[in-house]
Amino acid sequence: MPDVNWSTASATASATALAALAGPVDAALGGDRRALARLISLVENDPSAAPAVLARIHPLTGRARIIGVTGPPGVGKSTIVDGLTARFRAAGQNVGIVAVDPTSPFTGGALLGDRVRMQRWTTDRGVFIRSLATRGHLGGVSGATGDAIRLLDAVGFQVILVETVGAGQSEVEIMDIAHTVLVVLSPGVGDDVQAQKAGILEIADLLVVNKSDLPDAGRLAVQLETMLDLAPVPPPWRPPVLKVSAIDAETLSELVQACDRHFQWLKGEGRLAARLARRTGHELSTLIGRLASAEVVRAAELSGAWDKALEDVTSRRADFYQVALRLLREAGLGSRE
Amino acid sequence: MMRRIRVLVAKPGLDGHDRGAKVVARAYRDAGMEVIYTGLHQTPEQIVQAAMQEDVDIVALSILSGAHNTLVPKVVRMMHEAGLGDVSVLVGGIIPREDAAALKEAGAAAVFGPGSTLESIVAATRGSVKRALA
Ligand SMILES: Nc1nc2c(ncn2[C@@H]2O[C@H](COP(=O)(O)OP(=O)(O)OP(=O)(O)O)[C@@H](O)[C@H]2O)c(=O)[nH]1
Ligand SMILES: [Mg+2]
Repeated sequence: MPDVNWSTASATASATALAALAGPVDAALGGDRRALARLISLVENDPSAAPAVLARIHPLTGRARIIGVTGPPGVGKSTIVDGLTARFRAAGQNVGIVAVDPTSPFTGGALLGDRVRMQRWTTDRGVFIRSLATRGHLGGVSGATGDAIRLLDAVGFQVILVETVGAGQSEVEIMDIAHTVLVVLSPGVGDDVQAQKAGILEIADLLVVNKSDLPDAGRLAVQLETMLDLAPVPPPWRPPVLKVSAIDAETLSELVQACDRHFQWLKGEGRLAARLARRTGHELSTLIGRLASAEVVRAAELSGAWDKALEDVTSRRADFYQVALRLLREAGLGSRE
Repeated sequence: MMRRIRVLVAKPGLDGHDRGAKVVARAYRDAGMEVIYTGLHQTPEQIVQAAMQEDVDIVALSILSGAHNTLVPKVVRMMHEAGLGDVSVLVGGIIPREDAAALKEAGAAAVFGPGSTLESIVAATRGSVKRALA
């Protein structure tokens, strides 16, 4: 982390910060793709700059339709994103793509390779592809994914496709980001339905059996249907199981129709508002946690209480909870003894 | 904390071998960089657009086809035209020694011929970052 000052002045988008960023933000909103790309980097690299950017673009967000694509490594997520992009482009819609790959916990580096399958859109002005590394964020996306989506949304991308890291059990944050979540499996990879049961299968709005040109796709689809049949109470939305082959564009039209059906269902009976509320609550509480943590640590470092806190815990004079609550109290947050 | 160096590794032109490019991409990752790998047969237009969208510091071109004398100046020129003059272009591959000087003249920040070590490539790449890292 840079030496961020999270004191109220900087965290609430000071007038100077707003003025400094007005140029780049206006350029991005006017269609300058370089400015857009650099703003995504800015919110990713510099948390103290994010408030000023978000203050400016927030009123313009909330228009895009967000589709998440998740699933184990190598099942064909990127190829499906590429195929969906073709469909949405053919329907005249602009497509923003955020593709997340993992950061190495040892070196901090990352190999971001999802673009390889999407190269044909690189020079299409109706498509913007950005690769993000997780940078230690768990949950299958990166910490900056939300802000990157908001920037793409604000500048007018109508559909935003989010490819998560190759996910298994616990990388389920995409459900709080997307309107529709596609969980992709393929025969041989991630087809141990039993083992997947408690993992990402639960967050699927659509269950996609990709590579159905290969043997055993039918068996995997049957296993998934059986799993759905076993649900003790029928869910309000039973995810359809769709056999596709991402390398065969024809099979993707059914997938797009299923996405549309789910989106229509979501728009009924206040469901969209409910999902939005859940998503907003999730993001807000995460952000508060980040801001508060930085603020408390900063205050403790300034007053010298931080070193004392570390000393108290390591010497077993006090436990983590006692010390954390003490620091929160000293920062004026919380009153529990 | 320093921000991460971002590198686009691209293979322009017609040759179909990306082993070398992948080895270098891995070395960059192991050196703590974020590497965007774009695959084979990239046109200069695609490379420039990808570099822009990914907001990279470095474009590393791997060229084995012998077409470096036309491809490199073209990419460099198009990068400038796109407002990406602060992104360095590096070239690796089968580049004869006598061509290296001309490529640098044409705007390549570094040229790695056969036999360059991964350490020297990583170090020169780090040294070619133009925008502030902190
Ligand atoms: N036979 C077959 N191969 C496919 C299909 N879809 C994708 N593939 C291949 O599967 C491999 C992996 O595809 P990707 O789209 O990169 O998979 P991914 O899920 O994005 O992979 P990660 O991002 O690394 O987790 C590639 O070689 C694709 O060409 C399909 O429908 N049938
Ligand atoms: Mg992928």
